[in-house]
Amino acid sequence: MDALADGGKLPGAFFAPASSSFADFLASYRPDLLPSRRFEGLQGMTIDAPHGTTIVAVTHSSGVVMAGDRRATMGNVIAQRDMEKVFQADEYSCVGIAGSAGIAIELVRLFQVQLEHYEKIEGTTLSLDGKANQLSLLIRGNLAMAMQGLAVVPLFAGYDLDADNGDRGGRIFSYDVTGGRYEEHSFHSVGSGSVFARGALKKLYRDDFAEQDAVLACIHALYDAADDDSATGGPDLTRRIFPVVTSVTADGFRKLTEDEVAQVTQRVVDERMTSPGGPIAPMGGAS
Amino acid sequence: MSMPFGYVSPEQVMKDRADYARKGIARGRSVLVTTYTDGILFVAENPSSALHKVSEIYDCIAFAAVGKYNEFENLRQAGVRIADVRGYQYDRSDVTGRMLANTYAQVLGTIFTTESKPYEVEITVAEVGETSAGDQLYRLTYDGSVADEQGFVAMGGNADAISTKMQQGHHDGMPLAECLRFAVDALANADGEQRSLAAAQLEVAVLDRTRPRRKFRRFTDNQLEQLLSS
Repeated sequence: MDALADGGKLPGAFFAPASSSFADFLASYRPDLLPSRRFEGLQGMTIDAPHGTTIVAVTHSSGVVMAGDRRATMGNVIAQRDMEKVFQADEYSCVGIAGSAGIAIELVRLFQVQLEHYEKIEGTTLSLDGKANQLSLLIRGNLAMAMQGLAVVPLFAGYDLDADNGDRGGRIFSYDVTGGRYEEHSFHSVGSGSVFARGALKKLYRDDFAEQDAVLACIHALYDAADDDSATGGPDLTRRIFPVVTSVTADGFRKLTEDEVAQVTQRVVDERMTSPGGPIAPMGGAS
Repeated sequence: MSMPFGYVSPEQVMKDRADYARKGIARGRSVLVTTYTDGILFVAENPSSALHKVSEIYDCIAFAAVGKYNEFENLRQAGVRIADVRGYQYDRSDVTGRMLANTYAQVLGTIFTTESKPYEVEITVAEVGETSAGDQLYRLTYDGSVADEQGFVAMGGNADAISTKMQQGHHDGMPLAECLRFAVDALANADGEQRSLAAAQLEVAVLDRTRPRRKFRRFTDNQLEQLLSS
């Protein structure tokens, strides 16, 4: 269907005032393009599709770092070993996804357009809370599919340009399948290996982390997740497949280059050669 | 044979509509769209920093307009929606300036012939290419005519005088600051009166091909002052 199907006239929806939401516009003009409508009529079936796994995010003194492993699984099979699951959402935020990979990637695409669309129509960017709420709405729209086994669980992080001087700019938001939005403090993890990753971060995290410390903690946490969760992929040194690591600071979004990540990953792997459990946390005196 | 009472020939109807639209457009201040080394430069005489005449449509595409604000704002928003739907449905690289110019041409043409009054607008759809050879400027008028322009487009009240001035000095491969100063001078002095336009009276933006993905960038008054005085 073309925009000009009606003899040189654009459908009224294109000229409707006061709609800066791309998802709302699609719902009125082309609802079939919304990811949540793709599987209507398949109620009661469960669908087996590739699942993405572990995402971690850690705040630091100048922003926030988010990283994800590269594995997607379908049951016991590795569906893909170099999938990217952490994306730029806009200039000052990023989003990582766990859960049903196909739908999640589509949802991220919709979310990216949603933020950019608002920016272009309104001539200004949404606040970080506004962006987090938008993602909530999109996840809620996917609830029917979550019931069929196609749940998407994102992790959203960004730099809050409105943060007061005393506050830290880096903020993290987690979601449940109903679109519930929860702000996390310091660090968080989602996906099948998240229990292990979060355990690792709990021991590794320090309030005075700089960016490179946060990156190192993320790689350690992903290593621990892969260590104990079969669905999370560890660093693949033979194929040179490393985690995707992104950083958001007051200067904007940045995806670390493969060389940068390779260096940190190599360091973590070397360390684990002598200490397979990773860094040992000081426990304080028992005597 | 007697003509029915109140008959007006189609030629007369179209001429009246065109005159009406032209008058409306001529009342507004001018906008200049011009190519420079790294892309396309937009300069508008516009004291408002909130009501834009120049805006981003998509990664490599921007929109400039003169005339009635509510009418070209309608077209701009429709353009953003068309581009975003298309980029979402297919791929970002499938959104082109030509597609958008065609759509605008159809829409303006239909409005010109079927609505009770034509849109009093003139717009330019600009698309920046990988190299300067790929830069495209489509000028669209109130009746849906499209022209594929080379080098620059001037629109609005003083368009003819500004075009003449631009023809004298604009050439391919002008650096940004030089091109900007020349364009501002053309806007200010085209009709012979010696005016000077300060940064606050100008709206300036670029489609800069050296930027990643989204090429559109608006200049703040401070950045503009620096560029103008450099």
